[in-house]
Amino acid sequence: MDVRRQHRLRRRLLTAAHFIGLFLAMSIICLPGLWVVLNSFRPTVEIMAKPPVWIPTELNLDHYRAMFGGIGEGGVPVLTYFWNSLVISLTSTVIALLVGMAGGYAFARYRIPGKSAIFVGLMVTRAVPGVALSLPLFILYGRLGIIDTHFGMILVYVALNVPFTIWLIDGFFRQVPKELAEAAEIDGCTRWQAFWKVEFPVARAGIASAGIFAFLTSWNEYALASQLTRSLNSKTMPVGLMDFTSQFTLNWGGMCALAVLMILPALVLTFLVQKHLIAGLTFGGVKG
Amino acid sequence: MAQVVLQDVVKNYGALPVVHAINLDIAHGEFVVLVGPSGCGKSTTLRMIAGLEEISGGRVRIGDRVVNDLPPRDRNISMVFQNYALYPHMTVRENLGFSLYIAKRPKAEIERAVDQAAEILSLTPLLDRKPGQLSGGQRQRVAMGRAIVRHPDVFLFDEPLSNLDAKLRTQMRVEIKRLHQKVGTTIIYVTHDQIEAMTLADRIVIMRDGHIVQIGTPLEVFERPVNAFVATFIGSPPMNLLPATVRSGGLRLADGTVIPLPPGLTAREGQAVQFGVRADNIMPEGHSMPPTAHMALVEMPVTLTEPLGTETLLFATLAGTEVQAKMLNPRPVRTGEVLRFGIALDKCHLFDADTGASLRV
Repeated sequence: MDVRRQHRLRRRLLTAAHFIGLFLAMSIICLPGLWVVLNSFRPTVEIMAKPPVWIPTELNLDHYRAMFGGIGEGGVPVLTYFWNSLVISLTSTVIALLVGMAGGYAFARYRIPGKSAIFVGLMVTRAVPGVALSLPLFILYGRLGIIDTHFGMILVYVALNVPFTIWLIDGFFRQVPKELAEAAEIDGCTRWQAFWKVEFPVARAGIASAGIFAFLTSWNEYALASQLTRSLNSKTMPVGLMDFTSQFTLNWGGMCALAVLMILPALVLTFLVQKHLIAGLTFGGVKG
Repeated sequence: MAQVVLQDVVKNYGALPVVHAINLDIAHGEFVVLVGPSGCGKSTTLRMIAGLEEISGGRVRIGDRVVNDLPPRDRNISMVFQNYALYPHMTVRENLGFSLYIAKRPKAEIERAVDQAAEILSLTPLLDRKPGQLSGGQRQRVAMGRAIVRHPDVFLFDEPLSNLDAKLRTQMRVEIKRLHQKVGTTIIYVTHDQIEAMTLADRIVIMRDGHIVQIGTPLEVFERPVNAFVATFIGSPPMNLLPATVRSGGLRLADGTVIPLPPGLTAREGQAVQFGVRADNIMPEGHSMPPTAHMALVEMPVTLTEPLGTETLLFATLAGTEVQAKMLNPRPVRTGEVLRFGIALDKCHLFDADTGASLRV
């Protein structure tokens, strides 16, 4: 009897410790984000207060209002930045996905001489830190005259994302048994139809997740964008954050407000696509 | 429905030949089983007929058309895969109707064909499920349903039962045979399981190392195997083979035991041979040994018994080789017990020791 009670007590303690550990870990991950959201809604005095004010006394939309306000009153061209970010991220994601699908499918299905060498070569490009490329890119882009253009940024992000999308999509197509395409061909499909009617839908979840990764990489990228964009023509939101710094001051409230606007679409997109991320779609078609 | 003809069909992977110029005529409505150990080229042959594998040489005809250069979709065939290859993102109904949908048939016709196929295979209550929600046997039936929906000229089965458990396999075997009786379409069926081959086939094609070794009805290949390979491959338990030498009209086994030469066999004096006899033709005395004119009697110690109910399989040693014998109306046998066995000589075989070829005339 006593042993059993002891056992139960220990199990409860373990559960409690488990939850406390999880809570701490989640706090470390989530607090900065929450702090950004909180700061975007409260007066600068409170943001700068030392010691920090944990419980806000006043919440308002001043920073947002100022951000959308005129130049000189703390306003920044938010909508232009947003548009630039959207165009560059979406276009580069779509292109990276198309190239990634073609490449990933080829790697997964066809015998190509020197396949593994090419594959490793693609992966190695991921090992080079993006910033290391910024100077050569800057010079190259300067010569070509594509600094501060959507095209230039899209090109950079496609190059950045393609190795990753190929790698990810290759993995997902590998999980799709090749008999599915063969069955489709026997059922009357052309090679092309077999891909779009059977293999693509089955691998859709994987392709969607590759898409999210590619989009978020482009949407959040700062280092290269800060070098290769100059003006309203192509400045993206992460670069726009720097508008809140001036020689002697830093507008934390405004910066946080813009950061919130940056986070929102990414969050919404992830939420929408999450539906397609349900695993296990490929299981069941073949002996499981 | 159509006949299928293979003329000198060759398959090479690079420089490596895997199928060597095989010839095969399959009649309209026939159920032909390709059987052989793994790597014998049976699946490759089937895939060449399906169009999933390029044909390196020779010709494949389905009906009156040479199909060598036709893609699978133009060959009017259906195939059931070993792993079923059901489309996991479609319901059973969509899986069944997929080929007709691709062919852009009218909706009403698709519905009718799907309902009919579902009826034949008792899939009607499962039509709105996805493959992931089905058991192995049900998936197997859906795969078959997908094949019959479009009324192809030829059905191709690639080891369709090997993923099922033993009981279900027996059950599906019967269903496949019944399906063939019902629809009467030509079937080419690949398996490595000789029991499936024996029970299903009108004709069995035994393959080994990319060659066809023997073609014949199940009874032909069982009773008159052309060589030692077929003899041991077909039939369960496999045929016992004992090394022997032909000496003055008899067979001298390794330990000097002499057995009279079975009738109807040609063997030279002094020729090294393998003496083949099935377990069914070695029986302990007093256990329903069918009376026969040609009978050899030997004494053997029993090393192991496998009771199967109506019969017991006895493992015994003859001239240093383990042989299996069958005891009908069994009684308990102790290990080590020495029994007298009768060997029905007119059911025995001789194979050349070097080539393995049968010496039966």
